[in-house]
Amino acid sequence: MKLTICWLYGSTMNIYGDRGNVLALAQRCRWRGIEAEVVTLGVGEPLEAGRYDLFFWGGGQDREQVAVAADISGPKGEVLRAEVEAGAPLLAVCGGYQLLGRFYRPHDGPELPGIGLFDAWTIAGHERFIGNIVVDSDEFGEVVGFENHSGRTYLGPGARPLGRVRVGRGNNGEDGTEGCRHRNAIGCYLHGALLPKNPAIADFLIAAALRRRYGDVTLSPLDDTVESAARASAVRRAVGTR
Amino acid sequence: MDPRLVLAVMAGKASAFLIRRLGRGGGTAAPGVVASTIDPAVLDKLARQVDGGCVVVAGTNGKTTTSRMLAGILTQSGRRVIHNRSGSNLVRGITAAFAEQSTVTGRPRGDVAVIESDEAAFPEVVRRTRPRLVLLLNLFRDQLDRYGELDTIAARWGETLRSLPPDATVVVNADDPALATLTEGLTAARRTFGLTDGRYQLDDLPHAADAAVCRRCGAPLRYERLFLSHLGDYACDACGYQRPALDVAARDVQLCGLEGLALTLHTADGPIAVSAGVPGLYNAYNALAAAAAALTLGVRPEAVTEGLARFRSAFGRIERVTYRGRKLVIVLVKNPVGFNEVLRMLEMGGAAPTLILINDLDADGRDVSWLWDVDAERLLDVPVPLYTGGIRGDDMALRLKYAGIPEERLVPLGDLPDALDSFVDDLPADGTGFILPTYTAMLRLRELLAARGVVQAFWEE
Repeated sequence: MKLTICWLYGSTMNIYGDRGNVLALAQRCRWRGIEAEVVTLGVGEPLEAGRYDLFFWGGGQDREQVAVAADISGPKGEVLRAEVEAGAPLLAVCGGYQLLGRFYRPHDGPELPGIGLFDAWTIAGHERFIGNIVVDSDEFGEVVGFENHSGRTYLGPGARPLGRVRVGRGNNGEDGTEGCRHRNAIGCYLHGALLPKNPAIADFLIAAALRRRYGDVTLSPLDDTVESAARASAVRRAVGTR
Repeated sequence: MDPRLVLAVMAGKASAFLIRRLGRGGGTAAPGVVASTIDPAVLDKLARQVDGGCVVVAGTNGKTTTSRMLAGILTQSGRRVIHNRSGSNLVRGITAAFAEQSTVTGRPRGDVAVIESDEAAFPEVVRRTRPRLVLLLNLFRDQLDRYGELDTIAARWGETLRSLPPDATVVVNADDPALATLTEGLTAARRTFGLTDGRYQLDDLPHAADAAVCRRCGAPLRYERLFLSHLGDYACDACGYQRPALDVAARDVQLCGLEGLALTLHTADGPIAVSAGVPGLYNAYNALAAAAAALTLGVRPEAVTEGLARFRSAFGRIERVTYRGRKLVIVLVKNPVGFNEVLRMLEMGGAAPTLILINDLDADGRDVSWLWDVDAERLLDVPVPLYTGGIRGDDMALRLKYAGIPEERLVPLGDLPDALDSFVDDLPADGTGFILPTYTAMLRLRELLAARGVVQAFWEE
């Protein structure tokens, strides 16, 4: 078995250690004997429908986000939305998450259109939310990471959050929600990197990708002792520092 | 005489003395707060009286080492140097260093000042000290939670640099495309330095690298040669921008494992051979930067060579101690680029069991995501056990696991002091071990080793 992972804008949108998410997906495949290929797709490179099993999109600086927003508003965004609607798993963190909503409104300059995959929108805030964050999710249990964003994301009636914030600020610091879920897509503000410390989410994405390409597949369990220790110490720090 | 200034300086000195007497640490920053409370312009007033002017050194990596190298060269040339030597590089730490190194009547005891500045504090430090020379080293990713994104810092620096008067000089690392662009068309004069050596090249832009795009037109940069992170000889095929001509170029770089380095500086006045007892290509850049600044200040080539030859490593950057019969080599790691260079040095310098200590306090950066930008995969081919410890040692263990390092080579330990004891227990009786701590883990380690009579407290150096 083989999975092809598409890292959207991986050469420019890769701050805050988001490479760890791609590494986690690839390694957790390999440790189970599943071949994993990572393809980085940049601005101007077309997204071929049906070629990729799993999508990851990280965060970037404002300058990079503008070029990427223009790129994704074209046919690429259409293909990505169609893939997710057909069940393709996707994880988007921070900047990528924001551009999957309906729009991003900066302090100055024109509004950046998103692709509207999530019924959500983001407005630039003044205070930056920075710190460890713990989220309780019905699907994935305790999820831990580090948030660092000034954008406030608001969920519309058609959107479901990833979870409720236990420690930290989350989507907007007001309604206690963090992230967004739709089909097999997850958007959120958690760096850390997210997937190595939250292997339940990594395995959810891998399982969804395998099911889509190979039918009913059961993931063999892995020894997550190191992962659990790192998650526990991150949660301890979150509770102790905020 | 300015009574307010005199009082501020005296209060600063007194508080530094008291803090040390009480054993509360080096007293490297608090006296600056005390002095500025009495006279908010204390730093401005003291800096203005330094006849030979102030030099401000800024960059993500190498500030402390480069500042110390430059201060050493200037001392060698017969100048008396005021310097925030401890690496306390925010405005309060710089103020404390000036107060400490001034007479009680408010006169600085030096002909020239070498000021290491924090990236975020740079605009204020420049505004207050009105430097004659600004030395810019590099801009790498570092502590995004504290400094914000690289573009934000670059924008602030640009504003500050454009405000410099025509009699100031900016000495800049032209191998850094972001800094080269930032120093175009200034009112101040510009002098450039960089590497022209082909011996130590990277094949690819490492993951932690930033600024691989042309800052003028946004097209990707093409590198003729790449030396370290995004530092190299570059050109933009789209708009024709390229690395500026070098006023001081380093050639024939020789890295001698963990022991030291040598290189030749090429200037309009002929070649200068220099060597220094610090390892790694990043220290070659530091030596080059310090030499370029010293030459710009009119220091004779002999003093540059002599000053660098006498250089000793800055506090904690790399040091060797003997503890319970074992040789411990301690090297600070604080961001992906620096960490990668340390790993590169380990690959070249002979392998030994390694303990990595990761903390997440304010001075380390509270976000440990940066560990995922470190090319830990380099350790795959270094066949030694890897120990992890510190407040976030578990995150480091996880990083190593996902780098593909077999779990039998990983030894997760807890926080200090236990991590140190267990690590040293595991080393052979006269063996060698590397310890790679983040900043506050290094302070804690020094404290421990000092308490056990191994190293002196750093402010006594």
